[in-house]
Amino acid sequence: MERSEGRIHSLRVEGITKRFPGVLACDDISMAIGEHEILALVGENGAGKTTLMNILMGLYQPDEGSILINNEPVHFKSPRDAFEAGIGMVHQRYMLIPNLTVVENIALGMKEAHKKGVMKLGEVRRKMQEVSDNYGLHVDPEAYVWQLSVGEQQRVELVKTLCYGARFLILDEPTSALTPQETDELLVLLKNMSKQLSIIFISHKLQEVKTLSHKVSVLRHGRMTFSGDTEKYTPAELASFMTGTKVELPVNERIDMKGEAVLELKNLKARSDRGFFALDDLNLTVRAGEIVGLAGVSGNGQKELAEVINGIRRLEGGEIRFFGENIANLTPGKVIEKGMGYIPEDRNTEGIVPSFSIRENIILKDNTTGKYSKKRFLKLGTIAEVSDRLKEQFDIRCPNTTTAAGSLSGGNIQKVILAREIDRSPRFLVAVYPTRGLDMGAAEFIHQQLLELRNKGIGILLVSEELEEIMNLSDRIGIIYKGKIMDVLDGNTAEIKTLGLLMAGVKND
Amino acid sequence: MIDFLYSILVLGIPFSVSLLLASLGEMYNQRAGIFNLGCEGVMSMGAFVGFVIPYFLIRAGVESGIIYVLGIAGSLAAGALLGLFFGVVVITFKAPQGIAGIGLQMFGVGVAGTLFRHFIGGIASVPGIKPMPVPLLSKIPLVGNIFFNHSLIVYLALILVPVSAWVMNRSSWGLRVRACGTAPRAVDSVGISVDRVRYQSLAVGGALAGLAGAYLSLCQVKMFADTLISGRGFIAVALVYFGRWNPWGILWGALLFSVTQVLQLKIQTMGINVPYEFAVMLPYVLVIIVLTFSNKNFQLGPSSLGKAFDRENRL
Repeated sequence: MERSEGRIHSLRVEGITKRFPGVLACDDISMAIGEHEILALVGENGAGKTTLMNILMGLYQPDEGSILINNEPVHFKSPRDAFEAGIGMVHQRYMLIPNLTVVENIALGMKEAHKKGVMKLGEVRRKMQEVSDNYGLHVDPEAYVWQLSVGEQQRVELVKTLCYGARFLILDEPTSALTPQETDELLVLLKNMSKQLSIIFISHKLQEVKTLSHKVSVLRHGRMTFSGDTEKYTPAELASFMTGTKVELPVNERIDMKGEAVLELKNLKARSDRGFFALDDLNLTVRAGEIVGLAGVSGNGQKELAEVINGIRRLEGGEIRFFGENIANLTPGKVIEKGMGYIPEDRNTEGIVPSFSIRENIILKDNTTGKYSKKRFLKLGTIAEVSDRLKEQFDIRCPNTTTAAGSLSGGNIQKVILAREIDRSPRFLVAVYPTRGLDMGAAEFIHQQLLELRNKGIGILLVSEELEEIMNLSDRIGIIYKGKIMDVLDGNTAEIKTLGLLMAGVKND
Repeated sequence: MIDFLYSILVLGIPFSVSLLLASLGEMYNQRAGIFNLGCEGVMSMGAFVGFVIPYFLIRAGVESGIIYVLGIAGSLAAGALLGLFFGVVVITFKAPQGIAGIGLQMFGVGVAGTLFRHFIGGIASVPGIKPMPVPLLSKIPLVGNIFFNHSLIVYLALILVPVSAWVMNRSSWGLRVRACGTAPRAVDSVGISVDRVRYQSLAVGGALAGLAGAYLSLCQVKMFADTLISGRGFIAVALVYFGRWNPWGILWGALLFSVTQVLQLKIQTMGINVPYEFAVMLPYVLVIIVLTFSNKNFQLGPSSLGKAFDRENRL
């Protein structure tokens, strides 16, 4: 699509208001972005960022207000109209078809790729090459999307949007599913791309906002509460604009609880889905009343370790001593009975049943015990009471506890899981990426809960990629690399630099 | 031995055609994400319409081959209409597809049977479509009779295999169909109507199922009865899984099934001392065994199969 005429010198939204039944999602929002600018749109989960962008893309119609491109008002009735005007969006959940190849995925929405009902994939490949040369975005056109990592899929989304002729990019939380390395690569890439494009990117990772954006706008409860030049503000100041109060992530005071070893992992061996040994002779001990942070680049065995402990994956060697008893290869149900708590990596597929209500998700692990049932009948009254109490206690934001859990935002889903796990008073907790993709407010809350649990004398194995999280919370830090523990450092004295080297597999004795 | 194999193959290919056509049709439905268990009913209607048009035209004194062309056209149209009707139920009104499919099956078989009893009744037959040997090729010994001495629909069905493979993998419409079966939300996000593509695929799939029925009533049996289809529609659905949503796989499945079907008939007529019930079971048992041990890799299949698309539903 040649759109030399379609240059976007400026894009303004004025007085955008959007109401949903019972919610004012956007309340009189105005902002402006010029050519080659990067605007960061920040705000907590549910602040209205995505709604605003969906209005820009023509997916929703605003109730009031207008959109102006180059000072001329435009009306987008569907995403098609937005593409035509040169606006493209990379959604938070990628819009890719896993069983098609990359080039087929891109062909789907590209008019030039179809002539008289026949696909012209050569045309798409040419266009992809053009985009790739122009922006340094490389993807294999013949690969199937399901074979690609999350980072690669995102590159495909970017290439797709650019192939459709976008001059103006909207990225909805582009880094939320990426590893730290992929995030760094993306930031460099976006910085380069901004020489030719304008970009709005939605994020709540303020460090990224700081490195990447020229301007920043903050949304809170559907209102634009702040706009300004990024460089004049510190991340802490931006955070306080976001939440309305100062957010300070809690830090473990590391008062030694002198607990006994409760989880001893000895010479664990297990295979990954692809058949190689993802855990290769792994040893680690967690004592009662301590948080052991497991740092590492994702894909080094963290997922497999959590699954093996919880009985979801077969252990092929070694033993897992839980309060002295070997629980290796017990069924997940038996492991839960022993008092293991688990916050899984993928909250939507493993943590909750999305179509079940919050109540039903809360009783998932105890629906057959005396707590929630009597003679095989559910105690609906108790369940409702407990759920309402947990809703208050964990600040789960939802209309009521009969709402489908899957319709909540990521942060609130995580709170449901946390509420369930903590309320069943576990003897131990395995928490895998507990704050991935959450805003500062939600992360702060979850950190507090984890620390409280620790101070009650519960042992926690915390798997995370975010070094700040690990450094703040852990009593001891284990570094996992290729299925082995490289080293275990003391939380008080560990330095980010040493951690980084160990995570990359470099050990200097 | 060669005689034995020859006699099986010479019947096996024409036997497989109704399964092949219906199964290809079902593949179009499923690739677009619609699970149509009503295939049996559509085949039944196709068989009835395909039969009834030539039957009455013959009684009205029309003798030319055009009557069969009209019959086939009628069966295609009836099939496509039933497909669209199913679309209204499961796409527009988002009814659960499994149950709606069973409803369509009963509807099709029931209506075809009732209309037949009302207008014709008893046992009625038509001369049917005659085989059309391919010049020269049909003269090759053995091979000629196995492959090149059939009615036109047989050749058409066989040609439809590579054609369908091409449509699925190379045409723009095929791309949209495949995309709708896996990630309808992604299709919606680039401004293509998921519902429209699914309706189209239902029309195509229905027409093929209708043709499959007409093949039975006009070429294979040359008569109509409400038990004519006798489960072929369900076998056709199973064959789609057997063939992993791939036309070539479906072809092998249809051939394998019909060859064992002919084999069991042979076993019975040869007077080998096995209870005939076991022989009748053989093809079905075989399909179950193959499905049990076949590759379960859904990676390339339509993962949104059977789910209605709703833009507002975020679960």
